[in-house]
Amino acid sequence: MLSVKGLKANVGEKEILQGLDLEVGPGEVHAIMGPNGSGKSTFAHVLSGREGYEVTDGSVTFDGADLLELEPEERARIGLFLAFQYPVELPGVNNTYFLKAALNAIRKSRGEEELDAVSFMRLMKERLKILHLDDSLLKRPVNFGFSGGEKKRNEIFQMAMLEPKLAILDETDSGLDIDALRIVADGVNALRSPERSMLVVTHYQRLLDYIQPDYVHVLAKGRIIRSGGKELALELEEKGYGWIVGEEAA
Amino acid sequence: MSATPEDAVREAGQYDDLVKSEYEHGFVTEIESDTLPPGLDEDVIRAISQRKGEPEFMLEWRLSAYRKWLEMPTPKWASVHYPPIDFQSISYFSAPKKKEGPKSLDEVDPLLLETYEKLGIPIEEQKALAGVAVDAVFDSVSVATTFREKLAEVGVIFCSISEAMQEHPELIKKYIGSVVPATDNFYAGLNSAVFTDGTFVYVPKNTRCPMELSTYFRINTANTGQFERTLIVADEGSYVSYLEGCTAPQRDENQLHAAVVELIALDDAEIKYSTVQNWYPGDEEGRGGIYNFVTKRGDCRGARSKISWTQVETGSAITWKYPSCILRGDDSVGEFYSVAVTKGRQQADTGTKMIHLGKRTSSTIVSKGISAQHGQQSYRGLVRIAGKAEGARNHTQCDSLLIGDKCAANTFPYIEVKNPSAKMEHEATTSKISDDQLFYCRSRGLSEEDAVSMIVNGFCKEVFNELPMEFAVEAQKLLSISLEGAVG
Repeated sequence: MLSVKGLKANVGEKEILQGLDLEVGPGEVHAIMGPNGSGKSTFAHVLSGREGYEVTDGSVTFDGADLLELEPEERARIGLFLAFQYPVELPGVNNTYFLKAALNAIRKSRGEEELDAVSFMRLMKERLKILHLDDSLLKRPVNFGFSGGEKKRNEIFQMAMLEPKLAILDETDSGLDIDALRIVADGVNALRSPERSMLVVTHYQRLLDYIQPDYVHVLAKGRIIRSGGKELALELEEKGYGWIVGEEAA
Repeated sequence: MSATPEDAVREAGQYDDLVKSEYEHGFVTEIESDTLPPGLDEDVIRAISQRKGEPEFMLEWRLSAYRKWLEMPTPKWASVHYPPIDFQSISYFSAPKKKEGPKSLDEVDPLLLETYEKLGIPIEEQKALAGVAVDAVFDSVSVATTFREKLAEVGVIFCSISEAMQEHPELIKKYIGSVVPATDNFYAGLNSAVFTDGTFVYVPKNTRCPMELSTYFRINTANTGQFERTLIVADEGSYVSYLEGCTAPQRDENQLHAAVVELIALDDAEIKYSTVQNWYPGDEEGRGGIYNFVTKRGDCRGARSKISWTQVETGSAITWKYPSCILRGDDSVGEFYSVAVTKGRQQADTGTKMIHLGKRTSSTIVSKGISAQHGQQSYRGLVRIAGKAEGARNHTQCDSLLIGDKCAANTFPYIEVKNPSAKMEHEATTSKISDDQLFYCRSRGLSEEDAVSMIVNGFCKEVFNELPMEFAVEAQKLLSISLEGAVG
């Protein structure tokens, strides 16, 4: 599904990713954990094609495609989704309209028929139900004036509508209280399927109490320095990052 | 299929083929024109008046306007820059050669009809589909008027102003120049002296005009300034909605356009005037674009009358335009909704004036300015509350959206309040389309162009909501086309 080999990337002169390797299979949920400044967000951004990062070495293949060659919208159209740490506000752009345009852009690129308003509304209702969300956010402009929790819920709802093959959740837990966290996590769990892989990027273990990963990776200084099962996250919770990072340095 | 009309508009705005980014309407129709040689003096004015077979009072009015115009200075206060205009190098009259006016579309020169086809406004189709009566101004003479019988049934007069001067001289005499006097400003003075044609509308008492009225203007002959004159009178208790859309073929030399539009609403009458303006803006360096120096003013002469201006301005090299309302009648209402786009080297100084004279008059101003590339734009608005305007209210909202870092937007709000009971609200914002917004949209599968178009259309929504449906579609399309390639 996703294969990252020896990925190196700079922001300006500074090398942030220093040879990152990662394999994600279909339906697998991988957690990427690490201390601040370890390169977690950079990794998420490089995968989604954000400008401002220079890839200097390595390769990323996604579903057979050379991901690094593609524009952000092309990545989205072949099934990549990034849930933003800080979702962006689009004043005046209706949330429903935005989603419909996005979904139809993706469908069009795949040679599928675009959804008309009626089928789209039907699909939207069905997905709202799965996520136990109400439709109050849909009539408002995208993320505009949303609370932190509403923004994150909206991201998960977009994910449900766009049906990606690989969803990257970038610090989705940040800024959420425990109730909001539970709603978001329930949403993510409802969207787990054998065809959908997930990359959960997080600083804290607490999100992983709700979204149980198949694999946990520790990112430090731009490389994955340890991988394990979900018990690794618990160990990190208990001991902090210092012992692994220190061990690596020694 | 779309579930609602609203969806239909959105879809049209979203999915239209936006491939061409050069000015789409830049072609020239080859029709022999009966054109006066360049130059302006009293003889030229006599010649115009004679060719149009005008009554004597019109010639006198024109000559008096011309004499006053000679003494007026060109306005310099607007925030626009252009070389001085040589008014002697302009030809002031150009009419497609035709011995007799056409009685039906069959008699209209097929080349003219083809021009409209290219503009996407086939008259035949419009007649059938939209029920819109079109008084088409091609250069300076009206060539086709449709639906006149249907309008005549309810007593609505909709014709070229030349015809009106012959058939309804008493109405012309009573109302022309009564809102925009010939001495009002330099360009209005020039227009009064030399205007060649335009539109006249009269809606009788207690009549709701049964269809949207529409005129498409088009500048065609090289070096011919266009001086349209539009006069709309809504008698007591009547209602009319008027649409104006403009395009022009590509040309090397600057073309001056100095129109005058006068609206008069009597007691309980309402006039809604909508414009989509897409004149040639010039090349990348701004060469050859249209100078659009227009005076538009509405007079809410009667009590409880209402005049509403909605404009979408995407074209022209220079726009200098302030559709205004004189709120004379008690409880009268004025509205101004505007979207203006400047890119390339376009300059726009536009806004409105709301002059509150009557009691409990209210006005609303919503102005959305979009600047991209080297575009320069100013909102200039005046709200004046006279001493007798007890209980007047105004709400003003001016928003600017910048794309890129070489463009500029200014806001010049003038507020004069002479009655302490007035309620005034003013809001202004300036924002940029951020890289974050574009990336967010693209990460959801939208192309950059669709993303810009979506954000810009979202920004303009309040104004587009005021446009009649078919115009809203056209406006969204125009906006998307004109902002293509404006990012990055």
